[in-house]
Amino acid sequence: MKVFEKTKMLTDAHLHYCPGCTHGIVHRLVAESIEELGVQEKCIGIAPVGCAVFAYDYFNCDMQEAAHGRAPAVATGIKRCNPDKIVFVYQGDGDLASIGMAETVHAAARGEKVTIIFINNSIYGMTGGQMAPTTLIGQKATTCQNGRDPAVNGYPIRICELLATLDAPYYIERVSTHDVKHVLAAKKAIKKALKFQAEGRGYTFIEVLVSCPTNWHMRPVDALRFMGEECTKTFPLGVFRDKSAGEN
Amino acid sequence: MASITIDEKICKGCGLCANACPKKVISISKHRMNANGYFVAEAVNKQNCIGCAFCAIMCPDCAIEVEK
Repeated sequence: MKVFEKTKMLTDAHLHYCPGCTHGIVHRLVAESIEELGVQEKCIGIAPVGCAVFAYDYFNCDMQEAAHGRAPAVATGIKRCNPDKIVFVYQGDGDLASIGMAETVHAAARGEKVTIIFINNSIYGMTGGQMAPTTLIGQKATTCQNGRDPAVNGYPIRICELLATLDAPYYIERVSTHDVKHVLAAKKAIKKALKFQAEGRGYTFIEVLVSCPTNWHMRPVDALRFMGEECTKTFPLGVFRDKSAGEN
Repeated sequence: MASITIDEKICKGCGLCANACPKKVISISKHRMNANGYFVAEAVNKQNCIGCAFCAIMCPDCAIEVEK
């Protein structure tokens, strides 16, 4: 009996991500959640600019590429034209938290009924390891080579906490991928968010902490340890908004 | 009996599977490479596999299938 096999929601294309990058895990979690909810026929994904720019090659559903940071705006258009479709957005931290901050905040404030999967690896991956809005204090990047100094570079932005100040979002949760337990919890959160969207409830946002062994200059296993020990201190895991709480 | 199948063509040898395995079934080969030049993961202690699928859950490339 098969205990685990690749979901049919992912294509046979080989992922281009660096060895040990947990982007692939999140791709699988999103794909499995869609398949388990049985909504693959009416699913539309929005690919970002960044490491996940080729996401449209990997998901076995309709995909749309968006300009840098504009994925929530594109998702708004698609969802409003096709309210019966399931629209998910897959964005990294440079895309969502930096250039796309306006789109992100306004889509959340309007309560668009889409699901945002936010990949937070606290660095600009594709462009070669520059400091991102989410880079940790003291973390080294090519544009802060002695580590991020709050006096010069400011502090990391916590997107979940920021969006949780708005009234419209329905469900906001931060999860991690640094070990099996947290990957399973991440799957649960992503599935819950997509289910809420399928029920037409409102804006759902899942932030997933992801490692970047290449630009953190760590071995993949050490990068996971760093995530578990350091990233989760700056970005505490948990549910920041759940309007379904109290329902049975 | 539980067993895993590793697709060596897409394995990148990152070692997350070996790290997650509670029974130390998997290790990264020191001499065998795939066409992309990565040292691949291999099941060295197959008899210890309990089919928990932790390796497959942590594999970023969906390179592992688990049977029980």
